[in-house]
Amino acid sequence: MPTIHSTDRFQDRHIGTDSVAQLEMLSAVGYDSVDDLVLAAVPKSIHVNPLENSSIPEAATEREALAELRLFANKNTVRRSMIGLGYYDTITPAVIKRNVLENPSWYTAYTPYQPEISQGRLEALINFQTMVEDLTGLDIANASMLDEGTAVVEAMLLARRASKSVSKVFLVDADAFPQTKALLANRAAAVGIELRELSRVEASETSLPDAFGVMVQYPGASGRVWDPSAVLAAVKEQGGIAVVAADLLALTLLKSPGEFGADVAVGITQRFGVPMGFGGPHAGYMAVRNGLERQLPGRLVGVSQDAAGHPAYRLSLQVREQHIRREKATSNICTAQVLLSVMASMYAVYHGPGGLKRIAQSVRAKAIRFASTIDALGFELASEDFFDTVTVKAKGMAADIVAAALQRNYNLHLVDADTISISFDETTTEAEVLDVATVFGWKEKTLAEPLRGPGFLARTTDYLTHPVFNTHHSETGMMRYLKYLADKDYALDRGMIPLGSCTMKLNAATEMEAVTWPEFGGIHPFAPEADVVGYLDLIEQLQGWLAEVTGYDEVSLQPNAGSQGELAGLLAIRGYHHSRGDLHRTACLIPASAHGTNAASAVLAGMKVVVVATNELGNVDLDDLRAKIAEHADELAALMITYPSTHGVYEHEVRDITDAVHAAGGQVYVDGANLNALLGYARFGDFGGDVSHLNLHKTFCIPHGGGGPGVGPVAAKAHLAPFLPGHPLAQRDTINRGGATLPEHFNIVSAAPYGSPSILPISWAYVRMMGAEGLKAATGAAVLAANYVAAKLRDHYPVLYSGDNGLVAHECILDLRPLTAATGVTVDDVAKRLIDYGFHAPTMSFPVAGTFMVEPTESEDLVEIDRFIAAMVAIKAEADALAAGRWSVDDNPLVNAPHTAQAVIVGEWDHPYSREEAVYPVRALIRGKYWPPVRRIDQAYGDRNLVCACPPIEAFVD
Amino acid sequence: MSEPTERRYTKEHEWIDVVGDIATVGITSYAADKLGDVVFVDLPTVGSTVAEGRVVGEIESTKSVGELFAPVNGTVTEINDAVVATPELVNSDPFGAGWLIRVTFTELPELLSYAEYSALVGE
Repeated sequence: MPTIHSTDRFQDRHIGTDSVAQLEMLSAVGYDSVDDLVLAAVPKSIHVNPLENSSIPEAATEREALAELRLFANKNTVRRSMIGLGYYDTITPAVIKRNVLENPSWYTAYTPYQPEISQGRLEALINFQTMVEDLTGLDIANASMLDEGTAVVEAMLLARRASKSVSKVFLVDADAFPQTKALLANRAAAVGIELRELSRVEASETSLPDAFGVMVQYPGASGRVWDPSAVLAAVKEQGGIAVVAADLLALTLLKSPGEFGADVAVGITQRFGVPMGFGGPHAGYMAVRNGLERQLPGRLVGVSQDAAGHPAYRLSLQVREQHIRREKATSNICTAQVLLSVMASMYAVYHGPGGLKRIAQSVRAKAIRFASTIDALGFELASEDFFDTVTVKAKGMAADIVAAALQRNYNLHLVDADTISISFDETTTEAEVLDVATVFGWKEKTLAEPLRGPGFLARTTDYLTHPVFNTHHSETGMMRYLKYLADKDYALDRGMIPLGSCTMKLNAATEMEAVTWPEFGGIHPFAPEADVVGYLDLIEQLQGWLAEVTGYDEVSLQPNAGSQGELAGLLAIRGYHHSRGDLHRTACLIPASAHGTNAASAVLAGMKVVVVATNELGNVDLDDLRAKIAEHADELAALMITYPSTHGVYEHEVRDITDAVHAAGGQVYVDGANLNALLGYARFGDFGGDVSHLNLHKTFCIPHGGGGPGVGPVAAKAHLAPFLPGHPLAQRDTINRGGATLPEHFNIVSAAPYGSPSILPISWAYVRMMGAEGLKAATGAAVLAANYVAAKLRDHYPVLYSGDNGLVAHECILDLRPLTAATGVTVDDVAKRLIDYGFHAPTMSFPVAGTFMVEPTESEDLVEIDRFIAAMVAIKAEADALAAGRWSVDDNPLVNAPHTAQAVIVGEWDHPYSREEAVYPVRALIRGKYWPPVRRIDQAYGDRNLVCACPPIEAFVD
Repeated sequence: MSEPTERRYTKEHEWIDVVGDIATVGITSYAADKLGDVVFVDLPTVGSTVAEGRVVGEIESTKSVGELFAPVNGTVTEINDAVVATPELVNSDPFGAGWLIRVTFTELPELLSYAEYSALVGE
């Protein structure tokens, strides 16, 4: 009898090497099977036994997984959201949805560390910065923040370091969003800042408490539009910094923060065409006045010039990042929300200043018509002037009105028993405004005539005058602009991106499918629990799977990036020690080789960093660790280690390390950045980890989006579960806290209760389609690929570190320093020459200066891996030829790389190598070459001449 | 200013040139080389008091951020505006036009000689 069986296994689509290729690779490495190899590389003492009762089901096919996701989606209810509080429904222009959000050219790119091959998204980001600068009326904006709440926190931290005041007090507008207030409270407590709420009455007075800064919400959470200039001036008078959290759409009509004296403006760009997604991901923003630019956290795009003197974009002031400043860092923000800031900036490009203004006017008109109608009914309104949100006093009736509105499919915001607020947005129709008015008792067929004129703070200054915002308004124009930019960039849709520690693996199309479903996109983060059952079910299931594969008990999906997961984990450790009366346990041991965010996060969790030495093999120096533990025995809070290490090695002594810390009363934080080298073979929780963050954007396939979004869940043992992040507005506490109440200040680390839920279906689908066996197979394939690269390149470039049996984990460090010493060819030269060969360079100079860290991942096939190996070998040969005197040191294919088409076509060719050698070093490139749009970019020039807005068109004329 | 061989040095790779009660402070060529292309310097304001060993400024390159430590207790009398406007002077002329601040002092702490500093950096 014929059997009916599934014809397609996702695992075979996700993993690039098939069994034939793997056999060939294994023979190069010297092992008989993938399992033998990994078991030889991973120390025996941490090998895991297969679980008997796994919660992870057998692998589903792509079609089956989508059907299950459809069931989750069907359990969500998309209503007309009028809740506001920073999240508004919006229309994502279809041309942006299809060509950006659903386009791998945009979502599979990495952070633009190699600017020559990232000019497209760098241009999109500088458009974003220009948009924010124009609308806020401030001088310099960064390339986005994680969300509005954390952006306000970062502004508070910026104010403290930039302020001349010695006060520990930060003033917070009483009319700020509740999630922002909660975040400020939690983060301020950890670093010794005192918050004082500034009431509406105080805000109108000129004498204020001594403070290093103030934050006002504009318009307020209640919708109120007011003039905060007196408050800002009073704080600045004392040497404090004035922060305004502003709605960018409102700023198209209202006087800008820069015009009324703000030093810093922050907020979110969600309503610029990015779906609410139950809370994220979205791009927050931050802009500052001149003089504060070197205090900006996160990423900043600037203009520099290339080797030919042409303008070119790149990330500016990179050294300000915590990977250089480490424990001196004053922010742990690493990443941006690039994909979302690209979408928001394109919304502004597509609509232009006129279009945005019309949208804002329409939103405001709806609010005014509604307010006038409610006013006619005799209800009291909470403020005289507003933009999009109307707050209504309805004594004792608020809950009934909200319930009646729900019956008609509207979610209003119940402020308290007597107060309701209603927010209007781009999508609201006049009929819907009338419908909501009906709930309040309006009986007419039309809305009341407006009583109000334009606000008293009307904007009089121009914005978005640059041609880019006034050109691409037709769909044809927009489509072509997006293609023009995407064509400049190197993403995974062109070839391998072997960035070590970044895990640039496949983001499968099926995994991405559900992200744009309205049942996931159209949900407000504070919608009622009954509306979000599908989401909560998916979240709880994913939490369970992640806990199982890491050996922990509970997981919080709230952190919006790895850095935020680190912070949440350390705050959990802090909460645990405090709960036991161990207030003095503040020392955090961090190995010298750790990623810089570890140290920065520790400082922001109120801990003191103690650096532990690493030995010549790149591992934690056990003797130094014991000495540091002894030295700080009474104050030991935690050890942070990365496993496998940032050097790409499975440290043999990891159990000794975690045991030593526990014996001294400390907690072990295992940085889960490299979890993809462990899944199925070992679990953090089994070898001594108490808490970890995971990077869903690495191990669990959420795409890097060109530099964000990330998702950095925090996973912990049961004793730390009471201290994992909660949220004052969460529909359900999805964490089993063993009966404990929510922690002080909720330990909240993100504005939305579950972080960025709309991209969680990606990781859910990955686990569902791989199954436990597939996850293990992916680990094996990744470890095999890294060891294959190491074996093949070892004779050309020394492999710096290895562990048991001479094996590396999922990545390997190639030491280029001997090459540099012998030939003068630098890491930069090799990285840029790889562009000529059609590759994105590996990670440069991290974690060791003068080296490459290569991570092929499990998704690359053997042909692509071999192509990369061949390119590296060929470049080594070029360097040797240079050393042998074939070319001069200042004119050769390496130092001149990358070569643009223009560089080899225009004018006389007077270099000592041929044009073919320059751009077709490998013949296969002739039929399919990636051409970089600019030559090598001058980093120092851009940092000395900081320009972070769109340059005038004339700058591009040759 | 005196020849580098005549100056005093700190372990933080700063040089001090003393004339009367005024110390001119800069960073050594060794430090400038290690930092790489300097793109920004942040110096204390004239008239501010500084304490020995405390951070009073920053020197930022494309690779790193270095801190400027006050080598003496005293008051800042002058800062090098030229180096603020043209930070690459720190690379091109660290012992001359790339000087950073001038500080009045009453007492000079123990500092390294040129020979001692050279031994420290192995040059």
